[in-house]
Amino acid sequence: MVEARFKPGDRVRVRKVYPLGHIRTPYYVRGHSGVIERICGAFGNPEELAQQRSGEPKQPLYRVRFLQKDVWPGYVGNAGDAVEVEIFQHWLE
Amino acid sequence: MKDSGDYQPYSYFQLMEVSLRELLVEKGIVTEAQVEATVEDMRNRTPERGARVVARAWLDGNFRKKLLEDGTAACEQLGLDVPALRLVVVENTPAVHNMIVCTLCSCYPRMLLGIPPDWYKSRNYRSRAVREPRAVLAEFGLALPEQTKIRVHDSTADMRYLVLPMRPTGTEGWSEERLASIVTRDCMVGVAVPRLD
Repeated sequence: MVEARFKPGDRVRVRKVYPLGHIRTPYYVRGHSGVIERICGAFGNPEELAQQRSGEPKQPLYRVRFLQKDVWPGYVGNAGDAVEVEIFQHWLE
Repeated sequence: MKDSGDYQPYSYFQLMEVSLRELLVEKGIVTEAQVEATVEDMRNRTPERGARVVARAWLDGNFRKKLLEDGTAACEQLGLDVPALRLVVVENTPAVHNMIVCTLCSCYPRMLLGIPPDWYKSRNYRSRAVREPRAVLAEFGLALPEQTKIRVHDSTADMRYLVLPMRPTGTEGWSEERLASIVTRDCMVGVAVPRLD
């Protein structure tokens, strides 16, 4: 299991890269910054599992909170509106 | 389908399902009885399960606390098996409204709500719930005041989500069963709130 590098409250940015394969990081948050809401635990890496590999070592999984106004240009709504997304550690910097 | 007497050739996916199932049985990987039991188990999962969890949380403060800390463990305490995937329960308050989506596919808390409705799996809902949640909620008939913050939860990996709605006023003294009766599937996905009418 890979050790968790971030803790709740940490500001993180999602890597802005576009690899092929079974990726569980949505496009709309790539390159955007948010705050770690909680650590969900460690889970098999879906990018590896989809290739019939073991998914080991398990990757820490986080829930990251992004403000909608940071993610979508021209977002209409409360400035505190947020979207929370589960993101694996190797996608965060 | 077959008992109507109108013969319809199998669709592509029906044919795939039958072929795969027969092959798995033939190779001794699963039995017909196991397949039937699993299908039956899936049919038995309905939103009444989730409603029971919500009603219990409304009545029992300790259970509510546990549910928000560790949804999976709290459900197990009620005898509800929440296998493999972790349940995260998010609580609506006067300041924050929560709603659930899976933008990548159709991840859904099936163990508590059963099979997702078609709209949950539609491209329309999946793409717009994150981009313009207020407009989507308004289309569901839920107009939230501007000062209420919306939190959209995108189920992108191993967590599954359930919204714990606010208990409506006017339900004081209600039994758990009666409370559960006003908690609909849509309330637990966060596109509606419990109403007394």
